[in-house]
Amino acid sequence: MNSNADPYKTSNKHLAPRPGFVLDVDRTSPPILFHHGDQFKLEKLPAGRSRVIYPPEPLEGLADPEGAIRHALANPIGDSEPLAALLRPDMKLTIAFDDVSLPLPPMRRPDIRQRIIEAVLDLAAQAGVDDVHLIAALAIHRRMTEDELRHAVGDRVYDAFAPSGRLYNHDAEDPDGMVVLGETPHGEDVQFSRRAAESDLVVYVNINIVSMDGGHKSTATGLSGYTSLRHHHNVHTMRNSTSFMDQKNSALHASNWRMGEVIRDAGVKIFQIETTINNNTFGRTGPLSVLQKREWEWNAKDRASFIAMQKGLEVLPSKARRKIFSSWQAPYEMTSIQAGEVEAVHEITTANVFKQQSVAVEGQTDILTMGLPYICPYNVNSIMNPILVMCLGLGYFFNMYRGKPLVREGGVLIMSHPTPWEFHPVHHPSYIDFFEEVLADTTDPIEIERKYEKKYAEDEWYIHLYRNSYAYHGVHPFYMWYWGSHALQHLGRVIVVGGDPAAVQRMGFQSASTLQDALEMASDVVGPQATITHVKNPPIFMSDVT
Amino acid sequence: MKALQFKRNLPRYAAARIAGSFTPGRGGTVGPLRLTNLEAPEMPGPDWVQVRPRLSGICGSDLATIDGRSARYFEPLVSFPFVPGHEVVGDLTDGTRVVLEPVLGCVSRNLDPTCPSCAAGHLGNCQHTTFGNLEPGIQTGSCHDTGGGWATAFAAHPSQLHPVADALSDEEAVMIEPTACGVHAALKAQGAATIAVLGAGTLGLVTIAALRAQNPELTILATARYPHQRRLAAELGADHVVAPQEIRRAARRHTGSRAISRSTDDGAVDRLSGGVDAVVDCVGSSESITDGLAITRPGGRIVLVGMPSQVSLELTPLWHREIQLIGAYTYGTETAADGTPVRTFDLAADLVSTADLGQLVSAVYPLNRYQDALEHAAGAGRRGAVKIAFDLRSEKERDQL
Repeated sequence: MNSNADPYKTSNKHLAPRPGFVLDVDRTSPPILFHHGDQFKLEKLPAGRSRVIYPPEPLEGLADPEGAIRHALANPIGDSEPLAALLRPDMKLTIAFDDVSLPLPPMRRPDIRQRIIEAVLDLAAQAGVDDVHLIAALAIHRRMTEDELRHAVGDRVYDAFAPSGRLYNHDAEDPDGMVVLGETPHGEDVQFSRRAAESDLVVYVNINIVSMDGGHKSTATGLSGYTSLRHHHNVHTMRNSTSFMDQKNSALHASNWRMGEVIRDAGVKIFQIETTINNNTFGRTGPLSVLQKREWEWNAKDRASFIAMQKGLEVLPSKARRKIFSSWQAPYEMTSIQAGEVEAVHEITTANVFKQQSVAVEGQTDILTMGLPYICPYNVNSIMNPILVMCLGLGYFFNMYRGKPLVREGGVLIMSHPTPWEFHPVHHPSYIDFFEEVLADTTDPIEIERKYEKKYAEDEWYIHLYRNSYAYHGVHPFYMWYWGSHALQHLGRVIVVGGDPAAVQRMGFQSASTLQDALEMASDVVGPQATITHVKNPPIFMSDVT
Repeated sequence: MKALQFKRNLPRYAAARIAGSFTPGRGGTVGPLRLTNLEAPEMPGPDWVQVRPRLSGICGSDLATIDGRSARYFEPLVSFPFVPGHEVVGDLTDGTRVVLEPVLGCVSRNLDPTCPSCAAGHLGNCQHTTFGNLEPGIQTGSCHDTGGGWATAFAAHPSQLHPVADALSDEEAVMIEPTACGVHAALKAQGAATIAVLGAGTLGLVTIAALRAQNPELTILATARYPHQRRLAAELGADHVVAPQEIRRAARRHTGSRAISRSTDDGAVDRLSGGVDAVVDCVGSSESITDGLAITRPGGRIVLVGMPSQVSLELTPLWHREIQLIGAYTYGTETAADGTPVRTFDLAADLVSTADLGQLVSAVYPLNRYQDALEHAAGAGRRGAVKIAFDLRSEKERDQL
């Protein structure tokens, strides 16, 4: 089902959302809001050589999400029968769903996953299916807590399935719970959840926040483990993905697609349900809505609320700020849902993601600036440690492009984030060791991969904590570092504004106290009149760079 | 004779304690230590000789005394007034260059028969340090009768003196005494395959060198607070050098242990399920010994080299994990690998030469700049230094004796 033909879409209840926009900064341009962790800064960019890329305004959401879901399940796309036709009483049904890393920030209840899972379970019940398992497809992310699972699937589903052990987190290190289904022509092992592999049908419930999500990656990554992940979560793949947000130029996607074929050829039948959301991250009204507006359109109320928020945050301790922001749930609206055969579904999903997120940008820049927010996929209800800062800036924001990177090769990336030397000891134990041991030795991804990855990946304590506590897998910080390896290779310098100097130095970056300092430091690399591009992100967008 | 003399003076001692608590080493300014002119020490016995120091090191135990931090334990083991200084390379009147083995054991006290420890060559364990022909004092530098190295001359018994090979510089020679402490500690930790050395001051560094010389296959973890300490620790043989607060995780990583947290929710590494075979603690604080107990495997050993003074400890792990906590004060006679006895000082002299430990002497001062010297020594780590020594080679009083 293409969302263009969506019968459940209503007329726009908001004014027509405007597309993304590139502002050339002149002397009359106001200071630009930079996210700075759980604080904000207003920065004046140099006139005449700076530009700001603004995300498109939020698209309208589907007026009747439940109706759209039922419609999608009954009208699949690609080579697939309607879901109801795939269900029978004696079957094994596994419903896998995206974990806590999506979306960012978490969405207000009811979560899309809840809506879809309830619809799928209704159909399963009607068909008399008894053997149903629900699995949070978290690969090697940390396990979701009960609260987080309840948020994702809803209390009704949680209470019906969790007590009997039929709703649980994927365990990629369970020796009895994982199987290897085969090998791709490239020699990549395809490891998979045994329960999913032995099911008659796997229904995957996805939320696409960026174009990297979904498709075969949902299952080939989400329900796999280190045995498979090491084949594409590595430096070579990352450096050969330009970008990994662009499926056609992503070695990461290519590997997942190869693995998807092996999974399919092994007889695993997957019914893929993908959804897209708009970028209504901070709301059209309310306390954070100013973050979604363009600065020159701020009215007096916006300015007052921003200044009050900024000053209020300044006097709070970091724990209190973190608590405030962790409690923010975005009023996202579902903009499309499509179900059926994986690749056909994903093609439409990706188009719908780009419909919301694409911004045409002409030419590359010498200096790319970005204000990093308080959250990334791996610190939900947690701490944004320095490695995650690196990953968000160099791994995610840098890669939010199609065509060419926004910044030219040899250019400078300036990120604004406090980058405290602080880790969540429960969620990120191996990160602490990675920071203390690995980065103290080298920041070169190739060297890191060669020298340390296996030891961390196979460390029994990390595996124990991943399986029994709420820790990311031992190898996860390596993947975060690799995520930024393309940017590391591409850039001439990385500067962090307002970061803890020791933490920034440990990562091989330079710290600057102000944006002005950072621009002066950058001039050593790109000259005094270098062009500057600022990505006003979040909400998330993708630059189509020509 | 020019000398730094430490007198019994309780008000000044209290002042030193206060000043030293604010600025380590400052006790030398307000405390009982004074630069003075003294008569050259009389020889306590017929065979004693006069030593004229060339270099005389400043030890952590000296600093503890000067800053009023030394334990009351030592009160009966010193005799006032005394001249500190026990890390000495000097000249005899016949020009022979010697290093001092400062322990004042039974032989130097003219006791016969000697105590069992001295009879076995374990001079550091002498049981008669307050008896015999000398005033109390466990070593030269704390005994009134002998004088000490922070002067242009002192008295020494021939049994305390070791000739220095011509090939050794004065800087290397003055490192022999502290190196002997490290050698002794390393031998007490013998048999371990993985060792953590806590602290990378002088004692930590020489201990690392001694451990490495003793066993090339040994895995040595070390803690170091400052960049130059990290560099030196690695150069002298540590395989992995981390910040002190990182040692528990580092020990876990390198021993394949699991970590145990007091609370399952906080993720802290409170102790390890296994750990290193041995810890050599060259700090001696509550924190370092607690770290040692956290990272030593059941049945392992902690060798305490750093002077602990009064510490507060949770000793349950010592009991539960059957860990041995042993001291390593000084040297004497060791047992070589082939079973033969060998003087620790001889082993140390070899090690100083082969490991280039003279490089650890970072700065030297004349006696009249003793306040600067003491503050430098007390702040050696953060000031990029290791061993600070008095240089008496140019003191005119030395030539007038």
